[in-house]
Amino acid sequence: MNLLTDAGRYLMILLMAIYTYLSFRYFGVGEEKKKKICSRQNRLMFLIHALSYVIIYCRTGEERMILFYGAQVFFLFLYLVLYRFFYRNVSRVLMNNMCMLLCVGFVILSRLSFERAARQFVLVVFSGAVTMLIPFIIDRMWQLSKIPWVYGILGLGLLTAVYFVGNTSYGAQLSIQIGRISIQPSEFVKILFVLFASTMFYQSTSLKQVCLTTAVAALHVLVLVFSRDLGGALILFVTYVFMLFVATGNWLYLGAGLLSGSGAAVLAFRLFSHVKVRVSSWKNPWADIDNTGYQMAQSLFAIGTGGWFGMGLYEGMPRKIPVVEKDFVFAALSEEMGAVFALCVLLICLGCFVQFMMIACSMQAAFYKLTAFGLGILYSTQVFLAVGGVIKLIPSTGVTLPFISYGGSSVFSTFILFGIIQGLYILKRDEEEEETHEAAG
Amino acid sequence: MKQPVENEKSNKNILRITYVVVCLFLLMIGYEGYFLTFQREDVINNPYNARLNSLSDRIVRGQIKSSDGVVLAETVTGENKTESRNYPYGSLYAHVVGYSSRGKTGLESYANYYLLTSHINLMEQVVNEFSGRKNPGDDVYTTLDHQIQQTASDALGDRKGAVVVMEPDTGRILAMVSKPGYDPNTINLDWNNLVENPEEAWLLNRATQGLYPPGSIFKLVTLLEYVRENPEGYRDFQFDCDGIYEEGEYKIQCFHQTVHGSQNLVQAFANSCNGAFASLGLFLDGEKTNQTAEDLLFNKEFFLPVAYNKSSFQIQDQENTWEILQTYIGQGKTQFTPMHGAMIGAAVANGGILMNPYLIERVDHAGGETIKRFTPTVYGSLMTAQEAALLSEMMRAVVTDGTGSALRNENYTVAGKTGSAEFETGKETHAWFVGFAPVEKPELVVSVIVEEGGSGGRTAGPVARAVFDVWFGRK
Repeated sequence: MNLLTDAGRYLMILLMAIYTYLSFRYFGVGEEKKKKICSRQNRLMFLIHALSYVIIYCRTGEERMILFYGAQVFFLFLYLVLYRFFYRNVSRVLMNNMCMLLCVGFVILSRLSFERAARQFVLVVFSGAVTMLIPFIIDRMWQLSKIPWVYGILGLGLLTAVYFVGNTSYGAQLSIQIGRISIQPSEFVKILFVLFASTMFYQSTSLKQVCLTTAVAALHVLVLVFSRDLGGALILFVTYVFMLFVATGNWLYLGAGLLSGSGAAVLAFRLFSHVKVRVSSWKNPWADIDNTGYQMAQSLFAIGTGGWFGMGLYEGMPRKIPVVEKDFVFAALSEEMGAVFALCVLLICLGCFVQFMMIACSMQAAFYKLTAFGLGILYSTQVFLAVGGVIKLIPSTGVTLPFISYGGSSVFSTFILFGIIQGLYILKRDEEEEETHEAAG
Repeated sequence: MKQPVENEKSNKNILRITYVVVCLFLLMIGYEGYFLTFQREDVINNPYNARLNSLSDRIVRGQIKSSDGVVLAETVTGENKTESRNYPYGSLYAHVVGYSSRGKTGLESYANYYLLTSHINLMEQVVNEFSGRKNPGDDVYTTLDHQIQQTASDALGDRKGAVVVMEPDTGRILAMVSKPGYDPNTINLDWNNLVENPEEAWLLNRATQGLYPPGSIFKLVTLLEYVRENPEGYRDFQFDCDGIYEEGEYKIQCFHQTVHGSQNLVQAFANSCNGAFASLGLFLDGEKTNQTAEDLLFNKEFFLPVAYNKSSFQIQDQENTWEILQTYIGQGKTQFTPMHGAMIGAAVANGGILMNPYLIERVDHAGGETIKRFTPTVYGSLMTAQEAALLSEMMRAVVTDGTGSALRNENYTVAGKTGSAEFETGKETHAWFVGFAPVEKPELVVSVIVEEGGSGGRTAGPVARAVFDVWFGRK
């Protein structure tokens, strides 16, 4: 029994490493080879997914796990096929990576809590279905690039609403309760904000426009800070500073932005006790291990005890880490599936980011370029904060790992984010096809 | 035609930022790799890490052995696979080795990770796993010397107290005895009884956790401070002792009101003349004394493999005269541990340099191959080499001409300091001895306390003597 799951674990790590290698190899080969790589990735993904659930079933003996697995395979298969059916020119590697991350999320959540994994699955199916429309909308609605104030006012309105009527959890006001569903608007506001900034800069990059946009950005950040959503505030801030830089090409803006950001960080450290607590439990979690340092210490115990190759599913104690299925899911991955596996996941996220940036570079229109770029920065900052906070590289900011952490708003908004990027990619490829067609005709 | 140029420029900037992000991701990967390679063991070997206990489902806890291979703790697997931890020497190693069945203490806690990790070859591990056998955990070889530990324990006998024996030039701890002890084999059965009598403190490792007034041992600090403040004049120090020193309304007595007569500094130290040191204290700078005490690790954390208590010392210039007189002869509020005494002694013996005390020599896998070896590490310099030489000379005089006469012998030379610390009116004093031998090239430092033992020289000295005799008898 032990032997089987042990062997399975090493095999999974190996397959994951190959998958990760392929997702980078993809960038360096020709069209024909790209197709082959993508098909191979699909096979690897389903193999890893199947292996995980064999182990999960062996460990739990629960038949519902088999059913659940079946449902997931059905969804993933359908999703991959339908997306390509509707959009011939979809970026397959991006779609593969997205599904791989979803698989990893399902596996680790099933292990942590079946109920949550099941809820997550329902949300994934819903989000997947709804966001499949996004490329269609992007292709047909050119007005999207003309309405900055719709994005800006909607975003600010949502945030302010959360500030006044939001529920407090772990010291931060993040969610609104509507019936039985709790929504975290800030996850969606991040995307609205990127759209706001890119439409504003698309109109003009005059000093007046820059000042106006910066003022609105600052408002966003301030409301988030007052809601104590420091992770969200930081992500928005970083995204905006880099978007401003790319839109204007002005190094002065970048320098001023980073400088004022550092100033704000110091100020936040002085003003807010909860920031101080986070920083001190990052600097030395052992000093107050029973209380403020508990989560960090448990996370390091998990990663350390798991080591490079992990304890194996159900062999560790990830549930000892508070909010493990959300902010600290990376520690659970590292503990049970091994640091090598977890770092492969991180590299897959990086692969997605690189793909985003390549799409941004290939876009001609400033609106599309800035949107792709902004969303890429948004995504990578989120991953950096989520993982960096878990491994104690930076203080923990309470940010979810996209597609893997439990949380409906996080999953839905990430689906939207990837949907927009996919839409831009498809737009570009369709254009190119038409051009070659015309040239040939 | 402006557009393409703009586009190129922003693509260049996008590329730059992409590089930055890629670097940040690589930094994360590098950091986790660094953590797993260099910090992992120290971090996860923590009593708060409940995960370690789950390792025992797959691993048979390894053995703890003395440096000469005597088994101090082992796991015995009985019929129907029940495991029990066996301590062949019962209470002899109770505090330093500790127990593992009711929480973990001592080396059982400190070395937990090594004991629950198996390094036998991978094939063997796979075969074991396949046949449902547990893998044997690694064995921990301590620095403890079985004969020295036994000698120290026998010399202390049934009296309450502690003995620490250490090599000053390496920091290897050869013996750590604390009495009264308990039997770790029956800790679960005896538990209620052990905790119901807090005044006996059976579970307390007196060697590292017992906080005692240092008594005359503290004169080492006073002496060092006096020499530091009077680098030229200390040799001219002169004091007339008539058994009771009076300062205003206060009286400081020498031990048993012994009249020492005319004393220079060496004599006053050798005879442990309270009057001389109390009077000398009145001229010392409180601020500087605090610094010197901290140099000698009072009020400081130090690194020890087993649980310990921090020593405490404090003096203020505004303090009333009585406090000052008391503090400089080691009474007052000052508290320290026998382990701390050994560390100060070791620094003096080692030319002012303190080596970090350590207890684990190496870790071997069940097949006998060494996995990890621990080497001596330097803590730092507590005093200059000249100061150490001076203190050593003074401590030598304690044995040749003063209160340490019990350590006088033909075979080896000892330097030391005795102490008889008052702790409660009407009770016998605690007897202290801290010393090292041979003076020319110290091999061993011994720190002894015998609770309510009376005179340090007469009660604690012979315990140290017994240890030295065995050590030098080997040659």
